[in-house]
Amino acid sequence: PLLRELIRTIRTARTQAEEREMIQKECAAIRSSFREEDNTYRCRNVAKLLYMHMLGYPAHFGQLECLKLIASQKFTDKRIGYLGAMLLLDERQDVHLLMTNCIKNDLNHSTQYVQGLALCTLGCMGSSEMCRDLAGEVEKLLKTSNSYLRKKAALCAVHVIRKVPELMEMFLPATKNLLSEKNHGVLHTSVVLLTEMCERSPDMLSHFRKLVPQLVRILKNLIMSGYSPEHDVSGISDPFLQVRILRLLRILGRSDDDSSEAMNDILAQVATNTETSKNVGNAILYETVLTIMDIKSESGLRVLAINILGRFLLNNDKNIRYVALTSLLKTVQTDHNAVQRHRSTIVDCLKDLDVSIKRRAMELSFALVNGNNIRGMMKELLYFLDSCDPEFKADCASGVFLAFTLKTIWLCPLCHFSFLQAGSYVRDDSVPNLIQLITNSVEMHAYTVQRLYKALLDDISQQPLVQVASWCIGEYGDLLVSGQCEEEEPIQVTEDEVLDVLEGLLVSNLSTPVTRGYSLTAIMKLSTRFSSVNRIKKVVSIYGSSIDVELQQRAVERIMKISLIDVALPLPGGPAPAPAPSVPTSQPTFLLDGISSQPLFNDIAAAGENLFDSLCLLSFLFQVNGANIFEWFILFYSTGIPPMTAYNKNGLKIDFTFERANPNPNIAVITIHASNSTEADMTDFVFQAAVPKTFQLQLLSPSSNVVPALNQGTVTQVIRVLNPQKQQLRMRVKLTYTHKGSAFQDLSEVNNFPPQSWQ
Amino acid sequence: LKTMRFMLLFSRQGKLRLQKWYTATAERDKKKMVRDLMQIVLARKPKMCSFLEWRDLKIVYKRYASLYFCCAVEEQDNELITLEVIHRFVELLDKYFGSVCELDIIFNFEKAYFILDEFLMGGEIQDTSKKSVLKAIEQSDLLQEVSCIQY
Repeated sequence: PLLRELIRTIRTARTQAEEREMIQKECAAIRSSFREEDNTYRCRNVAKLLYMHMLGYPAHFGQLECLKLIASQKFTDKRIGYLGAMLLLDERQDVHLLMTNCIKNDLNHSTQYVQGLALCTLGCMGSSEMCRDLAGEVEKLLKTSNSYLRKKAALCAVHVIRKVPELMEMFLPATKNLLSEKNHGVLHTSVVLLTEMCERSPDMLSHFRKLVPQLVRILKNLIMSGYSPEHDVSGISDPFLQVRILRLLRILGRSDDDSSEAMNDILAQVATNTETSKNVGNAILYETVLTIMDIKSESGLRVLAINILGRFLLNNDKNIRYVALTSLLKTVQTDHNAVQRHRSTIVDCLKDLDVSIKRRAMELSFALVNGNNIRGMMKELLYFLDSCDPEFKADCASGVFLAFTLKTIWLCPLCHFSFLQAGSYVRDDSVPNLIQLITNSVEMHAYTVQRLYKALLDDISQQPLVQVASWCIGEYGDLLVSGQCEEEEPIQVTEDEVLDVLEGLLVSNLSTPVTRGYSLTAIMKLSTRFSSVNRIKKVVSIYGSSIDVELQQRAVERIMKISLIDVALPLPGGPAPAPAPSVPTSQPTFLLDGISSQPLFNDIAAAGENLFDSLCLLSFLFQVNGANIFEWFILFYSTGIPPMTAYNKNGLKIDFTFERANPNPNIAVITIHASNSTEADMTDFVFQAAVPKTFQLQLLSPSSNVVPALNQGTVTQVIRVLNPQKQQLRMRVKLTYTHKGSAFQDLSEVNNFPPQSWQ
Repeated sequence: LKTMRFMLLFSRQGKLRLQKWYTATAERDKKKMVRDLMQIVLARKPKMCSFLEWRDLKIVYKRYASLYFCCAVEEQDNELITLEVIHRFVELLDKYFGSVCELDIIFNFEKAYFILDEFLMGGEIQDTSKKSVLKAIEQSDLLQEVSCIQY
C-alpha cells in the first residue's frame, strides 16, 4: 500500500493492540522488502517506517536504508532518505558516519535543492568528525553568489563552529561581505553566524566591532523603508532580521563605549517608533530593551527601556507581562530607582492567575522592598503569602523575610507572632538557624520567651515552633519567671508552671522524638537557671534512663547539637568554630552547666542558604491578622540601619548593631559585639562609653567579661542612647582588658555612626 | 549553545504529530521528554501565558485549533519572537496545504518536515521571506514528480 493508505489503515485501529498488530504486519513486510534490496519501494517503505516511528514504534532497522536512499540519484529518494537520517540517526550511531561521503557529493551536486538537503542535514545533525571532514565544502558554499545556498551555508557553518570551535577561523574570510547582501535570507543567517563567532571568541568580537555602523544602517533601512510585502509582518518590515541585528548589536556593544555610542540613536529610534499593537512589535521592543540594558547605554536610554517594560506590565497580553517581569528582575539591581517607579504595577501582578507571572512578581517584589515602602509591601506580600499556592509558600516565606531582614534590619528578632496552620511547610532543619537568629536579638529575649511560652499554652502541635519555644524557655527561662518583659505586660509564671509546660511536651502524643529532645534539653538547662533543681533532676533521670532508647539517644544528640549552636559561629571568612564541649560519660545531667549561648554579630547577608529555611519558619510564625502586626513591624524594624565596626585594633574588634525597638524614636539601641582574633583570651574586659552632653547613655550589663581567643565567641552589651535633639551621634569608648598577663587600655573616638542611627 | 533545542507538534489527545530535535538526544530520553512535556502543556489553562519553565529550558507553546506547537528554547531567548517563529511556520503550512488542519499534517507529515527544514536549520530561521521558502518547497516538489513512482 501507499504511505497514505497505510496511515489511513492504521488510524482505523480501535485499540492499541489492534494498532500494534497492524504495525507488526507492515514492519515484517517492510523488512523482507529491505532484505530483497528492492530499490523501487525502498523510499515508500522508509516513509512508512518514519510514520510508525512517530507513533512510537522501533525503526532502527531502517537506518541503513536511509543511507541507501541518500546515495540514490533520485530526488525523491534523497528527500526521504535525508529526512529519515535526521529522524532515525544521530551522531551517537556509528552508522551515521557513512553518510559523510554522500553528503560531500551532494554538497557539490548540480541541483541546488540537493545541495540544500545536504547542507540542512549536516547543519542539523552533523557530528564533529563529519563537520571536520566537510567544513571545507561548507566554506566554499559560503562564498557562492547563489543566495539560496549561501544562506544555508551560513547556518551550516554555525553548526560546524558549535561542534568544532577550532574551525571558526577558516570561515572568517568568507564573512567579508556577507552584510552587503540584499537578500534577507542571507542577511539573517549571516547575522546569526557573526553572532555565533562573536560570542565564542573575544578576538572575533573585536574584529567585528567595525560592522556596527553597517548593522545600524541595515536596521535603519528596515525601519524607515516603506512597505515590503515579502518581509512584512503586521506592518513591520522583517521583524526576525531586526531582532537578530539587535542581538548582534548587543554583543558588540556590551563592553565597548564607542560601539555603544554608535548604536544609541538607532536604539532610541526603534524603541520609540515600533508599533506595539501586536506581539511582533513588542518582540522587537523587547529585544531592544534587552540590548539597551546590556550595553553601555546612556542613562536616558536606560530609563526609556525600563519605561517600556513598565508599559509592558500594563499590557493585556500576559505573555508581554511575563517578559516584562523577567527583564525587570534582571535589571532591578542596577537600575533600582527606575524599577521602583513601577512597583505598584508589579505588586498588582501578584494577583495574576498565571503561576509564572506570580512567581516573577513575587521575586521582583522582594527585590524592591526598602525602608520607604516596607509598610505597603509588607502588607501585600503577607496577603500573598497567606493566599498563595502551596508550591509557593516556602519560597515566598523565605523571600519575604530575607527581603525584610536584609534590606531593613540587620538583626532579626522574633517577636509579635501568632501562629499559622502552616507548620507542615516548614523544614526541621530551619529550627537551629532560627534559634541562632533569636540569640542575636539580645534586646528581645525576654519578650521572645514570653511570647513563645504563651504560644505553647495555646497550641503544642506545630513541632518546629514547639522546638524553638522549648529552646527559648531553656535558655531564657530566668527572664520568663522574673517577669522582665518590657514590650508587653510581663506574665506571672512560676518555675513549676514552666516545668509543667515542658514536661507536658515530653509526654504529649503530639510531640515527635526531636521535640521531646528539645524539651528535655530545655529542662536540663533550667537546672542552672531555676532553683527547683530536684524536680529537674527527677525528670531527667526518668527520661535519661528511659526505655525509649531512641528518645534517650535523641536527647543526647539534641544536647550535642544545641551545644554546637551555643558555641560561636565564625565571622565570614574567619576560623572554624571551636569543637563542642566534651560530654561527660556519666549520666547526662547538667551538661550545660556554664555554657551559655553567645550572641554574636553574624552577617546575615553572608549566612547563605540555611537562612532561607529559618526565615521560612519565621514566616509561619506570623499571621496576617490586622493592623497591629504592621505597626509593630514598622516600629521595630527601622529603616535598615547597617551595622558598623566601631573599633578594630590589636586583634580586638568591636562591632555595633542597631535597633530602634521601642516606641520612642529618640532612643537608639546599640548592641556591641566584641571579638578577639588573637590566640589568647582577653579577660577582665570592660567596655565604657561616653557621649556628648546633649545625649544620655545607659549601659546594660555585658554578657561576660572574657572575650575568648580566636573568635570563639563574642561579648555583647547593650547601650541605649537618648538623643532628643537628633544630633549626630558621637561616642568615646574606653576599653580595658588583660591579655597575656598584661593590662591594656585604650581610648577611641567612634564617629562613623550611620546617619540612620541618629536621624 | 543552541537557541532552539527542539520543536514538537502534538494534538489535544497527546498524539505526537511532528518532532524535530536540534540536539543529539537518546531515543529513550526523547520519549520521556515528549511524554513529560505533553502532560505539562496539555494541563495548562487557556488563561495562562505561553511560556513556562521546564528543566533548564523555557518552553514556548501555542495552540492552533487541535494542534499544540511547542518549542524549547534557551533561558535567555526572546520568547516573543519565538511565538512569531511558530506563527510563521503555521502560516507556511497553511499556505502550502491551503487552510491547513491537523489531518493534513497527519497524512502528509513528511511534507510538514520538508517545510520545517526549509524554514529552520539548527533551530534558526533560514529565510525570513514566506515567498522564498514556499517557492523552494514548490520547486523541490516539482523535482520530485520528475522522479519515479509515488510513495
